[in-house]
Amino acid sequence: MAEFSTSVKDQSGVSVVYLTGYLDAHTAPMLESNFSDLISGGKFKIVVNFKDLVYISSAGLGVFMAFIEKIRENAGDIKLTTMNDKVYNIFDLLGFPLLYEIYKTEDDAIKKFQE
Amino acid sequence: MANNKSKIKEKKLVVKGRTENLARIRMFIQEIASSVGFKQESIDNMMLAVDEACTNIIKHAYKAYPDGEILIKIKYEDKKLIITIIDYGKSFAPDSIPEPDIQEYYKQHKVGGLGMYLMRTLMDDVEYISIPGKYNQVLLSKSLTSQN
Repeated sequence: MAEFSTSVKDQSGVSVVYLTGYLDAHTAPMLESNFSDLISGGKFKIVVNFKDLVYISSAGLGVFMAFIEKIRENAGDIKLTTMNDKVYNIFDLLGFPLLYEIYKTEDDAIKKFQE
Repeated sequence: MANNKSKIKEKKLVVKGRTENLARIRMFIQEIASSVGFKQESIDNMMLAVDEACTNIIKHAYKAYPDGEILIKIKYEDKKLIITIIDYGKSFAPDSIPEPDIQEYYKQHKVGGLGMYLMRTLMDDVEYISIPGKYNQVLLSKSLTSQN
């Protein structure tokens, strides 16, 4: 079955969202609700950790697109980190690295917000 | 390459057009593509292409009809895996879908046409046949080579 889960942790004022499993059209609404909750709680500095994400389809990529402008309008950003090659490849095919900052480690992404 | 086969009998999967079935659809592709000897990277690409085709069916063709059926048929012959996906929902004109434009998506806050682009990029060939009021068919194929 398509297993997907998320967890959110606060790291010195930055919300880190951890993704695990398969992000497709079925599971994308879970991530949407994470972003909605963060935004309504006034949290706009977001790092998404992809370490345990094994699969993403365009429905999953769409979630990032749906919220990014609202977050940037509020002086925030969604920064991405620790993607495996397979997932990065899909982001890359679709030109997403033009729109999102992607970091090798979670620390690098968090530090970027603190500069 | 131990289980490389020259031909398999056509295999079929019928599921309702609901997103909860996407995982089962991907598993079906995984099983068959690995049984004929594709490498995992190619299988991953095929699973994604089929997921995108089925997601399009669920979101568009069967938007108002979640009990609509999706029929997936796979055959392998002449070193080519041919995946046929059929639905009986609303038809559409694939040529009307523009090439993806990431800046445009940014402005509109949404993505559209990415699935189609991925299918064309990840497979060797993608063909659509739509008979309005009857069925839509998308045919995805990939040849087995020494590289994949």
